[in-house]
Amino acid sequence: MDINLILIIAVVFIVLFVWFTYNSLATGKVRIKEAFSGIDVQLKRRVDLVPNLIETVKGYAKHEKELLENVTKARTSLMHANSTHEKAVSDNMLSSALKSLFAVSESYPDLKASKNFLQLQEELSDIEAKIAYARQFFNSNVSSYNSTLVNFPGSVVGGIFGFKQEEFFEATDEEKKNVKVKF
Amino acid sequence: MNIYSQISANKTKTWLIIFLFILFVTTVIFVYGKASGYGLSYVGIGLIISGLITFASYYYSDKMILGMSGAKQIVKKDNPQLFRIVENLCIGAGIPIPKIYIINDSATNAFATGRDPKHSIVCVTTGTLQKLNKVELEGVIAHELSHVQNYDIRLMSIVVILVGLVALLADFFMRSLWYGGGGRDRNERNNAQGIFLFIGIILAVLSPLIATLIQLAVSRKREFLADASGALLTRYPEGLASALEKIAKDKEPLEAANNATAHLYISNPFKSKMSGHWFTNLFNTHPPIEERIRILRSM
Repeated sequence: MDINLILIIAVVFIVLFVWFTYNSLATGKVRIKEAFSGIDVQLKRRVDLVPNLIETVKGYAKHEKELLENVTKARTSLMHANSTHEKAVSDNMLSSALKSLFAVSESYPDLKASKNFLQLQEELSDIEAKIAYARQFFNSNVSSYNSTLVNFPGSVVGGIFGFKQEEFFEATDEEKKNVKVKF
Repeated sequence: MNIYSQISANKTKTWLIIFLFILFVTTVIFVYGKASGYGLSYVGIGLIISGLITFASYYYSDKMILGMSGAKQIVKKDNPQLFRIVENLCIGAGIPIPKIYIINDSATNAFATGRDPKHSIVCVTTGTLQKLNKVELEGVIAHELSHVQNYDIRLMSIVVILVGLVALLADFFMRSLWYGGGGRDRNERNNAQGIFLFIGIILAVLSPLIATLIQLAVSRKREFLADASGALLTRYPEGLASALEKIAKDKEPLEAANNATAHLYISNPFKSKMSGHWFTNLFNTHPPIEERIRILRSM
């Protein structure tokens, strides 16, 4: 067989190979971005609901100032968070702050009987479940992208075109411990 | 193998099945044409008519199925808990939220249908909502949404329609033999036509059966995959396993189901006790429920 023909076939193969790998990495990145906007939608819903909750609780439980402040602080830090990791950490903070607020509300019968409060509580726990599912979807996209990037041929093609590993949406164990739950 | 490569494998398989089926149908038409002596033009008309029916049924299959099963669409305030489960799992699976329907029947069963995730429907019976707890219901819904996500709903609609097409053509051929009696002078019949006539009759008898067997084999394979990806979605295989256990114990058949829709449901709606033998298994729309539970528990 002609040596040139073999060379041409080899080059065509390599080009196709690189092309497909590049595309699968690029698609992976787009999917991660989409999945992240799924989380963001729910985070925003939560951020919007928190002030209503604080107003409602204030009416019944004025003495829980510190708890309310914690919730506000966590909310503010979530609003200003930029990176995936920052958002994960402040979301985690807000979750625990809300959890302790709801725990304390058990000792205020009037608050517990308030229809407004119950509705907010239900909605916020639904949002929390939705965030959990959105995070699961996001993380599974990240893990499949990252594993393509680590394995051959993704590692070579990714290296040439400068693809980087993506962060998971999670707070480290250390950061989880730092969130204090006070009663 | 991640879920995306399973989806693309399923899409490829769909095209392969369609291709093989078209090949099968063309062969059948060729044989019928030769055998009936009318030539290919006559059977060609048959193909065009059945093709149109096929196309229409692809677009209206979901409506026909819902009509047949007497399902009613619900909105969020009718059953907020069910809606939330579906919404949450859709977020987890990364698919749009399907329309939700309810069948008023005390049997425990559920199904999904449609063309693709954007035009999909999830349907449960009122019995399912009453008898299953939240975790079990989540397992069942996750199984159904996996059918949507894996494009099983499209694959199955197409397979069912092609099976119908084969049956239609076989019927067409047999009738043409009955009424036409060859349509030409007996002297024109040669040996070749005699052979085609023989093959044609055998095909007319066997092809609907073969097509149905293919459909059932595809259906059973998709059930296992939907169990697995449903469990991946909820991260809790036990939920679906215990739901299947409850469904298996429930001996009440679903009145709204018939042969045309049986393969859609999460478990065989007729509750037949014939399972286990390989020959009866060939004709089942679903793998044995005990085997599904065993696989889920071993995850």
